[in-house]
Amino acid sequence: MILAVASGKGGTGKTTVSANMARALDVDAQLLDCDVEEPNAHLFLRGEVLDTEVVGIPTPQVDPSLCDGCNACGAFCEYSAIVSFGKAPILFPEMCHGCGGCMKVCPRGAITEKDRRIGVLETFQSHNVMLTHGRLDVGVAMAPPLIRAVKGKMRGDAAAILDAPPGTSCPVIATLRGVDYALLVTEPTPFGLHDLRLAVAMTREINIPFGVLVNRVGVGDDRVQRFCDQENIPILMEIPDDRGIAEAHSRGQLMVDALPEYKERFQALFESIENLTRENPDGKSE
Amino acid sequence: MPLRCFGMVAPGKQQRNNELKIAFTTSGAALDAPLDGRFGRAPRFLIYDLDADTFEVINNEQNLNAAQGAGIQSAQTITQSGAKAIITGHCGPKAFRALRAAGVAIYNADAPTISAALDQYRNGELVESDDADVEGHWI
Repeated sequence: MILAVASGKGGTGKTTVSANMARALDVDAQLLDCDVEEPNAHLFLRGEVLDTEVVGIPTPQVDPSLCDGCNACGAFCEYSAIVSFGKAPILFPEMCHGCGGCMKVCPRGAITEKDRRIGVLETFQSHNVMLTHGRLDVGVAMAPPLIRAVKGKMRGDAAAILDAPPGTSCPVIATLRGVDYALLVTEPTPFGLHDLRLAVAMTREINIPFGVLVNRVGVGDDRVQRFCDQENIPILMEIPDDRGIAEAHSRGQLMVDALPEYKERFQALFESIENLTRENPDGKSE
Repeated sequence: MPLRCFGMVAPGKQQRNNELKIAFTTSGAALDAPLDGRFGRAPRFLIYDLDADTFEVINNEQNLNAAQGAGIQSAQTITQSGAKAIITGHCGPKAFRALRAAGVAIYNADAPTISAALDQYRNGELVESDDADVEGHWI
């Protein structure tokens, strides 16, 4: 099963939930930290670095002696990464999404590709968990290609848990595409509810079955729970606002290590999601 | 480039660098409309024909709402309009590169209206910009 842990609001506990769930499983698990702008699961799952890999995206280069300035490339490019004003095109590599379209539409074969580095992948082994994360280079603003590279490390022979970036924009969509289930982590506050609504709308739009985990229950009110009731969204787990959890977290300790009762709770959470995806293999949680 | 007889042009209306059409960024649609400070995300471009003393207005709304690349696309729009100069408030780095590549001269002006900026241009009070004067918005 491929499970993504996502949220609208940042700081609700995606990494806490995904790292603890992965560790709680008694079998081999893969954790893929898709928050490539700020990966942090490795802070809780310290382990040996097994592998490092540089990731690039193909960007165009133009042979001016072959170019006749027709601007077929510029007309094609959705992101204005290449544009010609009657002579050899000028390039904006930082805008290029690496689709290769300019090279295909060039009638004179003047465009070739070369890789532009955007970041690195690192893989760690920590007990039963193989953690892979991406680290986007400073100054690079395009996360989805690196997220796809992180997801490319899924082996398929172990449960995969994807720790998504916060929000509802392209990096989150890139993470959620193709997963079996999304667990939306929120907190019972007005901000939590507001951003949960956005996350619910997004997840429905891309047709991925989902449920909610409410973290830090007790800090706010019950509007998140009432919203989930009204919308028939299952709340799969509630974690109380507990000083013991916060203290463990601040030491970089996993809940399942510091508070052993959570090991069973996270195992049960994972099993309940597995059962939900088995009941509904083609999507639609409602 | 057709030959032009500059002796026929009235004093005060002499063309500089063959800039026959010049573009202004604006939110309005007339000469007394405000000059818009943004280039890439200007709502409209007013293209003024110095020869005929006429103008046309081009909508730029699609770039106003573009996630990214607004400056580059706006530079393409200016090029397609035939304008050889742009008078605007500010110009970012990507737009600057694109306009330069297209051979469009860039003038930064702080005039309140298009007509005031046009007067500044005609009086030679505007200096052609040789670099972007603001940071890009995206990175």
